[in-house]
Amino acid sequence: MRLSGSGVRCVRGGREVFSGLDFAASAGEALAVTGRNGSGKTSLLRLIAGLLTPEGGSIGLEGGEGELTLPEQAHLLGHRDALKPALSVTENLAFWREFLGGEAFDLRECLAAVGLDHAAGLPAAFLSAGQRRRLSIARLLAARRPVWLLDEPTNALDTSGQAMFAALMGDHLARGGLIIAATHAPLGIAARELRIGGAA
Amino acid sequence: MTLIDLANPTRFLSLTARILPWLAAATTILLLVGLYQAAMAPDDYQQGATVKIMFIHVPNAWLAMFVWGVMSLAALGTLVWRHPLADVAAKAAAPIGAAFTFLALVTGSLWGRPMWGTYWEWDARLTSVLIMFLMYLGLIALWRAVEDPSRAARAAAILTLVGALNLPIIKFSVDWWNTLHQPASVLRMGGPALDRSFLIPLLVMAVAFSLLFVTLHLAAMRNEILRRRVRSLQMMQASRRSA
Amino acid sequence: MTALAALIRRDIKISLRVGGGALIGVLFFLTVVVLMPFAVGPDLALLTRLGPAILWLGALLASLLTLDRLFTADHEDGSLDLIVMSRTPLELTCAAKALAHWLAAGVPLILATPVLGLLLNLNATATAAVALTLLAGTPALTFTGMIGAALAVTLHRGGLLLAVLVLPLSIPVLIFGVAASQAAITGPLSFGTPFSILCALSLVSLVIGPFAAAASLRHGLD
Repeated sequence: MRLSGSGVRCVRGGREVFSGLDFAASAGEALAVTGRNGSGKTSLLRLIAGLLTPEGGSIGLEGGEGELTLPEQAHLLGHRDALKPALSVTENLAFWREFLGGEAFDLRECLAAVGLDHAAGLPAAFLSAGQRRRLSIARLLAARRPVWLLDEPTNALDTSGQAMFAALMGDHLARGGLIIAATHAPLGIAARELRIGGAA
Repeated sequence: MTLIDLANPTRFLSLTARILPWLAAATTILLLVGLYQAAMAPDDYQQGATVKIMFIHVPNAWLAMFVWGVMSLAALGTLVWRHPLADVAAKAAAPIGAAFTFLALVTGSLWGRPMWGTYWEWDARLTSVLIMFLMYLGLIALWRAVEDPSRAARAAAILTLVGALNLPIIKFSVDWWNTLHQPASVLRMGGPALDRSFLIPLLVMAVAFSLLFVTLHLAAMRNEILRRRVRSLQMMQASRRSA
Repeated sequence: MTALAALIRRDIKISLRVGGGALIGVLFFLTVVVLMPFAVGPDLALLTRLGPAILWLGALLASLLTLDRLFTADHEDGSLDLIVMSRTPLELTCAAKALAHWLAAGVPLILATPVLGLLLNLNATATAAVALTLLAGTPALTFTGMIGAALAVTLHRGGLLLAVLVLPLSIPVLIFGVAASQAAITGPLSFGTPFSILCALSLVSLVIGPFAAAASLRHGLD
């Protein structure tokens, strides 16, 4: 499995964010996208996720699962949590597991892996920012997707949370997954760096 | 000169700069001829001189529908080919279409005044045109509500196409509603029984108004292209400062 | 199918819980209908005559106002991105969301109609006719309004502009809904004709709505 882009050009609101961007990542590999604010890290992840259309160039996944498109094989962990405060922790996670489909995993184990098993029945409204982020991470575990697109994944996580997430990312890579993360902070795993938008 | 060349905004600007004076001249001449013929046309034995409002009203009403058709084509261009010139065409057409629709409403109401005794009657045709006017205004409001032109274009394109699908349904519904509440139609506009002395000036006026639309539309498209260039120059200037 | 069922269950749950919009829609419907006698006077004969029109207008406004948040709520918390990326076709997802909204916000309006019919002095036949036309017509309102709700994601705002864009499109539904109700109450027209057309309008909107909304969402994300 290999995710690659060549000559990707991104225009937002009539302004060119970046152009001529080439990148590639293979199974078991992590790519850390770095660059100053506004250099287009989030835009690049949204381009890969199919939420934005590139103005030029192409992005593709080779050797993925049969007929599925790249976005259908990817998890996106964005700035926003995609959680409903009115639903309980388990209900939130169960919804995404069923809606996303594919190979599904036990919810209790997923919650335990991110250290939220004690809060399973509580409304998501009661969670702190760090706990909300942990619940979002549990979504990546509940439904299987080979490609993880992470936007500042360690934001709001404390030191133990970052270590926990680094271990989860390591497991994902070891199972042949692929990670592309936009980040300012070190991820805690071995990752190749892709710098966009010139020097910081 | 192929269609591809025309689709290039710079080519479009230079080409329209050459064509526009001729178009404007042709429009003026045809309008003068049409108005003269309309003035010379005989009075109607029932409606008297007021029938001459028809020569203004019918072309306006026709263009009100035609412009929505043009916008629908441009909307397809926006959604299918993502062409910026299609965005420009759709945006420039909306206010012109709204103006034609408004004139159709005003002339229709003036024409109806001697027949109905009121300026407004919930006549099926006028009501349909009024709803269409509301839809034009909604579309213009949508264009004005989104800052980024290409996002605004896609939203407006979807609304235009949905409108194009709905307009026949609305027309049918209003006709049905009208016959339900008011069995006899008070005013017969146009219709196949039109005399030659009316038909020829009407056709000339229809062509003249269509040319008027093309002229105004091309001019408005030029303005919109230039406006976008100003916008991108301003953006470049802003980013140079911060860099 | 499990994905769509999960989405419908989630949306209904959210709209029935604290902060949800389902009950507010019914409350708005009630308030609009109660306002009417203050505008036209407490003349029961006149209210009976206007009854179907009042109920239909109330239902139209109530279903439109609650539609406002159909997609923007999911857009704000990031859920919409994941929904667009998912393996379920976006058209089906949109249809499922509209169905959930209709079940949570449209059906309560129909259930409230008999109570409001009493206030407007409608007899049993008239109330049943209005409720039946609402049952056939409110899906059309939801599925047409959904287009506006999807455009609201691009606009970063809904509210008044959404109402201005969607209301002209719902005129046919209003015409045939009220006409069918009136036909059942006073005649002389048969109830069947306008009612069949009303059902046809609902079916057409069932097709157009999801496609237009999905196109709008695909093009409107940033």
